[in-house]
Amino acid sequence: MSMPETAKTSLRAWLLTNTPTSRRHARAAAIYQGWLSFRGNHMAMLGLGILVLLVLIAAFASVVAPADPFAQDLALRLTPPIWQERDPAIEGYILGSDSLGRDILSRLLYGSRITLYIVTLVALLAPIVGLFVGTVAGYVGGWVDVVLMRITDIFLAFPRLILALAFVATLGAGIENAVLAISLTAWPPYARIARAETLTIRNSDYIHAVKLQGAGALRIITKHIWPLCISSLVVRVTLDMAGIILAAAGLGFLGLGAQPPSPEWGAMISEGRKFILDHWWVATMPGLAIFTVSLAFNLLGDGLRDVLDPKDGSQ
Amino acid sequence: MSGIEIEGLNVWFGEHEERVDAVIGANLSVPKGGSFGLVGESGSGKSTILRAIMGLAPTWSGKIDILGKPVTRPRGRDFYRAVQMVFQDPYASLHPRHSVDQVLSETLSLHGFKGIDKRIEKLLNDVGLGPSFRFRYPHQLSGGQRQRVAIARALAPEPEILLLDEPTSALDVSVQAEILNLLTDLRAEHKLTYLMVSHDLAVVGHICQDIAVMQLGEIVETLGVEDMRDMRTKHPYTKHLLESSLGAAS
Amino acid sequence: MSKLLEVENLWVKFPTRSGVFDAVRGVSFTLGQERLGIVGESGSGKSMTGRAILRLIRPPGIVTADKMELEGKELLTCSEKEMRAVRGQKISMIMQDPKFSLNPVMRVGAQIMEAYRLHYKVSKSEAKRKTIAMLEAVAIRDPERVYRMYPHEVSGGMGQRIMIAMMLIPDPQIMIADEPTSALDVSVQMQVLEIMDKLVKDRGMGLIFISHDLNLVSSFCDRVLIMYSGRVVETLPADKLHEAKHPYTKGLLNSLPRLDEPKDRLEVLERDPAWAAEESVRG
Repeated sequence: MSMPETAKTSLRAWLLTNTPTSRRHARAAAIYQGWLSFRGNHMAMLGLGILVLLVLIAAFASVVAPADPFAQDLALRLTPPIWQERDPAIEGYILGSDSLGRDILSRLLYGSRITLYIVTLVALLAPIVGLFVGTVAGYVGGWVDVVLMRITDIFLAFPRLILALAFVATLGAGIENAVLAISLTAWPPYARIARAETLTIRNSDYIHAVKLQGAGALRIITKHIWPLCISSLVVRVTLDMAGIILAAAGLGFLGLGAQPPSPEWGAMISEGRKFILDHWWVATMPGLAIFTVSLAFNLLGDGLRDVLDPKDGSQ
Repeated sequence: MSGIEIEGLNVWFGEHEERVDAVIGANLSVPKGGSFGLVGESGSGKSTILRAIMGLAPTWSGKIDILGKPVTRPRGRDFYRAVQMVFQDPYASLHPRHSVDQVLSETLSLHGFKGIDKRIEKLLNDVGLGPSFRFRYPHQLSGGQRQRVAIARALAPEPEILLLDEPTSALDVSVQAEILNLLTDLRAEHKLTYLMVSHDLAVVGHICQDIAVMQLGEIVETLGVEDMRDMRTKHPYTKHLLESSLGAAS
Repeated sequence: MSKLLEVENLWVKFPTRSGVFDAVRGVSFTLGQERLGIVGESGSGKSMTGRAILRLIRPPGIVTADKMELEGKELLTCSEKEMRAVRGQKISMIMQDPKFSLNPVMRVGAQIMEAYRLHYKVSKSEAKRKTIAMLEAVAIRDPERVYRMYPHEVSGGMGQRIMIAMMLIPDPQIMIADEPTSALDVSVQMQVLEIMDKLVKDRGMGLIFISHDLNLVSSFCDRVLIMYSGRVVETLPADKLHEAKHPYTKGLLNSLPRLDEPKDRLEVLERDPAWAAEESVRG
């Protein structure tokens, strides 16, 4: 049963107000108004929808997947997808099966968990390290800035795959090491962005004003500079997600990330490479999955940027 | 008793060939409770003097005494309790993500005050904003309202001296009148000392008792407001400034 | 005096999330070969009026008027191509801060030449000659040297004079100046205004001077329109400003601090909501 009309409109009015009456009210109003602005961007909503679907699939994979992703049936290996020409007696295998007869659809659905795992870990590690390094370097300046930026340069100079190879050689192959390798090479651009923003913000009157109240560097960096940097970082992270997924897929492709029989999408593409001419679906289906998720993150990032970082200066 | 004493102040940026002298040999004296104006065109160094007093200018030499005591480098907590500044651009002097409540409570807690809620309410009343403004963000405030918040922030530590950097030049005429009246009232109520910078002679003439005229980093003349009104000026630049600003007014 | 511009019932609306915002509400005025001042505070709609005339307001902004005619030619129905021929050649606009209105990566001379060659098909050397002549006309003493400079190398006053040169070189009939001296120092303001005055008079142009400074506008213009909340609340000849009748105009005049009339407290303008609801006065 839906809320009565008057309650709905008064809640909406409460959230759209320009005169909030408490801290929580102000927060809620700001979030709601940001949401409304985001909702107007249809492409961004599409991206959000796809990602919500991804999360739901990852959560309910065991319920939704038609088959066990690890169950092999060598008699039914390389079965085409359901819309192609194939033996009508075959049941299931909607997207076909791979070289060991495993259901590709189920593997894709379970593989979404791994993708989400990688993406979340990297998204938490890299930007936070970058934010910290960049804002401290930008605000404190002097030799601290020089040292931090040169460290950033060193990490920026590492080719991602070489670093992953080095990790594998020392620590062994696996998803966690792949994530570590990707994070260690992904944080430098965030440090650069954060530093550039800090350099601009540092000269603003509102920073001078709080310095004139006796605020120290720690308070200024955490309470004044971080809130302003976070929006552009969030946008940048979502736009980078595509690259991160592809990097994980690339590592999986090389056998440096997820190990068989794990249904990681990049590893699936690698396995399907041999069959690409006659049995195109083995490599293409996981490829399409990566494409869709990357596109979704891009659209989301675009929409977030319009809401969080508008160039006309309004919130 | 003395409020602000400045002798032989030099402020410069850069070294050797790249050195730019923003202020050269400035002398001024503001008695406690007095109101002093600094006028000049852009590049004259007037805002730089304010920044030098507050400790925002990196390289300076000379004497700056506040309430009879020379300033320390860097300025200490008691300095910031005694001297506060109101910035020119109300659109740039408030943090875009902090509400009015956050700005004022942070200021009060930095100075170690207790009973912050009551103090915030009183401050908002003193500057003519009601409690309904307390949780707004800067983009929900007009220019005049933002400037009032900036003044409230400056008054929060209960200072004795206020430095005002063109406080009304970014505001509409009608809003300017309100803010100027507010500043006049606050000075009487809290027994404040003002040092105000402006390019607008009429504004300075309304608020200040004594005025120093600056040109290219130097104070070329210091005169009382009555002398300025009657055009009893000694330096040709002062006369030129007065004529230009009166020429624009019919 | 011939009518250069006739504006009748101009409305500028912007749809927003919380309804339609009317920036300009039913403004009507005519402009001849005279200097017309439009005065108002921020939010009065004065800048929007200037931009609406030049059709510079993009969607979602909506511009409507019963009539907006330049010497009898209706501007509202012109195509974008026709408007491009109007902008610069028939009506040009000077904006507030030359730091933001001059292209920072082009030399000054090149920008002025471009403005000229957009409307007249002449050789480069002919255009250069005209540019140098125009720079001299705006009292720039060393035009050859300034011709080669970049905008960041010139002072504010000179930048504004360069803007004037750029806007007048195609020989327009009307100039709209939107706060042309607000970003300049007081002593430079007079100089720039004198140059504008002379050029406008010599060429028989019409000038619309938009500003928040009532005194400045009244000393410089022939007639003044006072705008409040999107409407024109009063119109008077510039020399009769002290005889203003509308309470808003009187309030504006009285709230200014004056060197020659010291007061303890300035009069604060009490805004009457009735002013925003009144009909716009024809200017």
